[in-house]
Amino acid sequence: MNIHTFLAPPAETARRTGPHDRIVLSSRVRLARNLRDFSFPGWAKKAERLTVVDLIRPAVEQLPELAGCFSESMDKLSALDKQILVERHLISREHAARGAGSALALNREETLCVMINEEDHLRMQALRPGLQLRHAWEAVDAVDSQLEQKLNYAFSLELGYLTACPTNLGTGIRVSAMLHLPGLVLADQINAIVQSVSKLGLAVRGLYGEGSEALGNIFQVSNQRTLGETEPAIVERLEKVLTQIIEHEDNARTNLLEQRPKILFNQIGRAYGILTNAHIITSKEAINMLSFMRLGADLGMFPATARALTDELFILTQPAHLQRLHTGKLSADERDLVRADMIRERLKTMERPTPPPPPAPSPAAD
Amino acid sequence: MKCCVCKEREATVHLTQIAGDKIQKLDLCEECARSKGVNDPTGFSLADLLLGLGASQEMEQAAAATKGGELKCPRCGFTQADYKKAGRLGCPDCYQTFAEGLKSLLKTMHKGPRHIGKAPEQLRRHLDFKRHLAQLQRQLAQAIETEDFEQAAVLRDEIKHLTAKPAPASAPRK
Repeated sequence: MNIHTFLAPPAETARRTGPHDRIVLSSRVRLARNLRDFSFPGWAKKAERLTVVDLIRPAVEQLPELAGCFSESMDKLSALDKQILVERHLISREHAARGAGSALALNREETLCVMINEEDHLRMQALRPGLQLRHAWEAVDAVDSQLEQKLNYAFSLELGYLTACPTNLGTGIRVSAMLHLPGLVLADQINAIVQSVSKLGLAVRGLYGEGSEALGNIFQVSNQRTLGETEPAIVERLEKVLTQIIEHEDNARTNLLEQRPKILFNQIGRAYGILTNAHIITSKEAINMLSFMRLGADLGMFPATARALTDELFILTQPAHLQRLHTGKLSADERDLVRADMIRERLKTMERPTPPPPPAPSPAAD
Repeated sequence: MKCCVCKEREATVHLTQIAGDKIQKLDLCEECARSKGVNDPTGFSLADLLLGLGASQEMEQAAAATKGGELKCPRCGFTQADYKKAGRLGCPDCYQTFAEGLKSLLKTMHKGPRHIGKAPEQLRRHLDFKRHLAQLQRQLAQAIETEDFEQAAVLRDEIKHLTAKPAPASAPRK
């Protein structure tokens, strides 16, 4: 089976919706599990890793949740295939670097992804659009409960599920959400938020890096502690914090609109200007500009279809996705040209942003 | 400045992470940064890496304190030096081998020292069974003490009945 025909086209994934998806791009819950009788993947020899894959893969493929799934050994995927999966946030970069002795299973809906022999023998994750942490937890919990009947997990009464890295010990759970926070960035409040969230034992990271200069104003919030707390408690805590961040982001947007609209319109207008006129654009600049366009769409400055289009371009402008549309190998410089061409073409009919109608004390005013 | 992982190449990637009131700094060469997935979009490896390196220091201190020399996992042959390099353990048994060194680390890293979340169901049933049995035995002892022999007989039969049946699950390994 071919991963390209299996994956939904970006235009389709960009139309998936979920609660609070204006701000929360996606929710994810991941569980780490290991088999009792084998060394962890990073330490096991290749033969042992292959044995582990042979044990786990059939068990995973038989899950009803994964009926008709894409299941493949990592050495059967090309570097480009793997990079596409990374850009879709379906597998980790670490997993993409692996070959024989590691495998991947992904369900039809792309909501459930199992990595075999990543850092742990099993890393299963449930993904949902928008803020749906609880649903994601329930889904991955159900998968785990079925797998535990077929596989001998490494589990200790005191320490819980044993993982290759002590940071995942206990529940092996990582609950995370990807957030789009341009309002907090523009209002200069993001650092304060990042710091207060860190104090709660949660981690905040940028899309592709650390710190506040996150690419495309996209941030990930996740739990860091996995031991000494139950899974539902972790999910609930994260959900509470996220609800607050959403509120802060909404407030920041409202305040910007009221108090510093020119700053806001300037950013969005410039982003539109660059995207519709550039002939050379790096993926970093593209993401940053698309972020402001998405904000413009959220604020009603673009037609309603603009949101899905920017989300689609978020995916399509990534290096591997661009490369896939072209037969010859593109250099980074060539990609920047091709990327700019594609964005201009896709935004050809997109009208210039217009400042949104003043918000709602008198809803009749238009 | 040398990279804190390979200790060979020049460190060009400098990272700072603030978790709670703790500041952790990390200097990496480009190669190690890449292999540790510092640019990983799913981005969880950095915290793991930072904490992992912290753990190796703790483990060294613990080993020095016990004067046991370098610990080695009897099952998989993993050593402290390996942990320092990888920030990951070798096999599930390593948690016993390196228990001393990991203890204080786990305390700072996590909310509590004991797992209170999900457990495999087979094990859960086994635990419930054991808990139930222990409770009956306590009640039996109490009944005998208060010379309530009628009640004691009931309890004795119940325990006999319970233990006569094979336990719902064979005792899992610790």
